[in-house]
Amino acid sequence: MTASLPVSGPAPRTPIRRRRLAGAGRVIRRRALVAVPVLAATSMSMFALGAASPVDPAQQYAGAAAFTTSEENLAQIRDNWGVDDPLPVQYARWLGNLLCGDLGWSTSRHEPVADVLAARAGWTLLLVGVALALVLVASLLLGTLAAYRRGGWFDRGLRAVAYAVQSMPVFWIGLAAIAVFALSLGWLPAGGLTDVTATATDPADVARHLVLPVTVLAIAQAPWFVLFIRDAVADSLRDDHVLAARARGLPGRTVLFGHALRTALLPFLTLVGTHLPELVGGAVLVETVFSLPGLGAVTVQAALGSDFPLLAATTLATTVVVLTANLATDLAYAAADPRVRLDD
Amino acid sequence: MAAAVLTTAIAACLLAPLLWPLDQSAVDLAGTRLAPSWAHLAGTDELGRDVAHRSLYGLRVSLLVGAVAALVATVIGGLVGAVAGTVGGRVDRVLMRIVDTIAALPHLLLGIFIVAMLRPSLGAVILSIGLTHWLSTARIVRSELLSLRTRPFIDAAVSGGASRIRVLTRHLLPHVLPRLALATTLMVPHAVWHETALSFLGLGLPPHLASIGNMINDGQRSLLTGAWWSSIVPGLVLVAVTLALAVLTDRWRDRLDPRVRAELNL
Repeated sequence: MTASLPVSGPAPRTPIRRRRLAGAGRVIRRRALVAVPVLAATSMSMFALGAASPVDPAQQYAGAAAFTTSEENLAQIRDNWGVDDPLPVQYARWLGNLLCGDLGWSTSRHEPVADVLAARAGWTLLLVGVALALVLVASLLLGTLAAYRRGGWFDRGLRAVAYAVQSMPVFWIGLAAIAVFALSLGWLPAGGLTDVTATATDPADVARHLVLPVTVLAIAQAPWFVLFIRDAVADSLRDDHVLAARARGLPGRTVLFGHALRTALLPFLTLVGTHLPELVGGAVLVETVFSLPGLGAVTVQAALGSDFPLLAATTLATTVVVLTANLATDLAYAAADPRVRLDD
Repeated sequence: MAAAVLTTAIAACLLAPLLWPLDQSAVDLAGTRLAPSWAHLAGTDELGRDVAHRSLYGLRVSLLVGAVAALVATVIGGLVGAVAGTVGGRVDRVLMRIVDTIAALPHLLLGIFIVAMLRPSLGAVILSIGLTHWLSTARIVRSELLSLRTRPFIDAAVSGGASRIRVLTRHLLPHVLPRLALATTLMVPHAVWHETALSFLGLGLPPHLASIGNMINDGQRSLLTGAWWSSIVPGLVLVAVTLALAVLTDRWRDRLDPRVRAELNL
C-alpha cells in the first residue's frame, strides 16, 4: 500500500538484491504508529457501544441468583467493579488493565478472558492457516490452467462453479457437507475436535475431524482467488516476456508456470492480505457449524451472552492479527518484486 | 435465465400471502420431519411446518431486510463519499484512512459485536449491516466525484457563478446516481448474506420470524437426524435468488461501463 514503483534506470544487480528490504524497519515503525490510533479508536467505539448496551453486568455476573440477590448486594458488585463511574474513567481503567496483561473476567464463561484466548486461539489459527494454504495451492493451479485455455470448457466450467460458490453461505456449504459426507456416507465425523470417547487429543483423530471444516472453509473462500489468478495469468500471457519465452521455444509448462504465473503472483499477495478479514469471518461460521472449540465459536457464545470483556478481547486480538498480516503482505511484496522499494 | 429466476422469486414473494396464506405460528406435531412429497414439496420441519412455504416467507423477510440495510449503507457511504470527494484535502485523507481501516477489520466480527451490544432485533441487524457495508459505496462516490470535478462542464458551472450546493445537486448528483443505484443493488446480496449469517448464529432476527438464516439454524437439529431438507432447501432458495441477482447486476455494470467488461457468460 505504501510501497511505490520508482522509475529508475538499470542498476548493478547485487546491491538491489541486498537492499530490497532496506526500508523495512522504517515501514514497520510507521505502520505501528498508525496502528496505535486505529486500535485506540476501535477500542473506544467498542467501549462506547458496550456502555450503551442495556445489559447490567452485575445482574449478569450474579446469573440466576440476580432474582434472589438483594438490591444492596447488586449495588455492592456494581461499586466493586466501578461500572457506574463516568465512561472515560472506566475506559482508562480497562485500558490500563489491558496494558498490564489483564484482559478481564469473562461473564459468560466465568473464567479469565486470557485463559479462554490461550486455550482456543491455536485451533482457530490451525483452521485458518491450513485452509488458506489449501486455497492458495488450489487457486494457483486451477486458475493458471483455466487461463491457459481461455474460453475452453475447463475455463467456462470453473468460472461457472466459482460464481455459484460465491453466492453460497459458508455455513450452508458446511451443513450440506455434513449431510452428505458425515451422515449419508459416514466417511467423516460431523463435528467436534475429537471422538466423544477419546480421553486425549490424538493428532490423527484431530486431523480426521478437521478434514471437513478445513475443506469447507477453503471451498467457500476459493472463488475470489481462482478468478483473480485466472484473469491475472490470462493478462500476463499476452506480455512481452511471455511471448519472448515462447519464441525461445521453451516448453508450454515452463512458460505457463515459470513466466506467466510468476508475474501474476505479485498482485495476488495483496489480494491475500485484503481477503484475510473474510477468512476470519468464515472461520467463525465454520467453527459454529462443526462445533469446534475455536475463538470463533467462543465469540458467538460471548455475543449471545452479551459478554463485553470477552467480545472486546477477541475483536481486538483479531484486529491486531489482521493489521500485522497486512504489514507482512506488504513486506512480502517488496521482497518478491525488485521494482518495489520500501525506502523511498 | 437469471431474469426469469429473479422475476419468479420476486413475484412469488409478493403474491405469497395471497396464494398460500400461512399462519406463521401454526404447528402440526403429527407430521414432523416428513420427507418431500406432493403434499409438502420440500418436506416439513421439526414442528411440522411446510419447508417450501416457510422458505418463501423467509425469502420475503431476508430480501426486505437486505434491501433496507443496503439502502442504509448507501446513505452512509454516499454522504461520506460526497464529503470526501467535494471538500477534499485533509478531510478527504482522514475519511479515506478511516474507510481503509474499517475495511481491514473482519465484517462479521464487527457485525456480531454491534448486534450483541444492542441485543438481537430487526433494527440492530439492519444497523449492523449498514455500519459495516458502506465502505465500497463511499469509495465509489468519492472517486466518481474526483474524476467529475475536473470535467469542463463543472468548470463552466463554477465560472457561471453556481454555488457549491447547486453544483453538487444539479451537476454532480445526476452523474453519480446511476453508479449509486448499481452499488446499492450490488450490495443487496451481501446484505442478505450478512443477515443470514447473523440469524444463523442466533444473533439475527427474532426466532419466530421465518427468515432464511433462522430456518437454516432451526433445521440444523433436524439435519443431524437425517431430515436434510429443512436446512438445505431454504439455503438453496437463497443461493438461486442471490446468484440471479449477481448475474443481472454484472450485466448492468457491463452496460454502464463497457470498458470494464466482466466476463460472465453463464
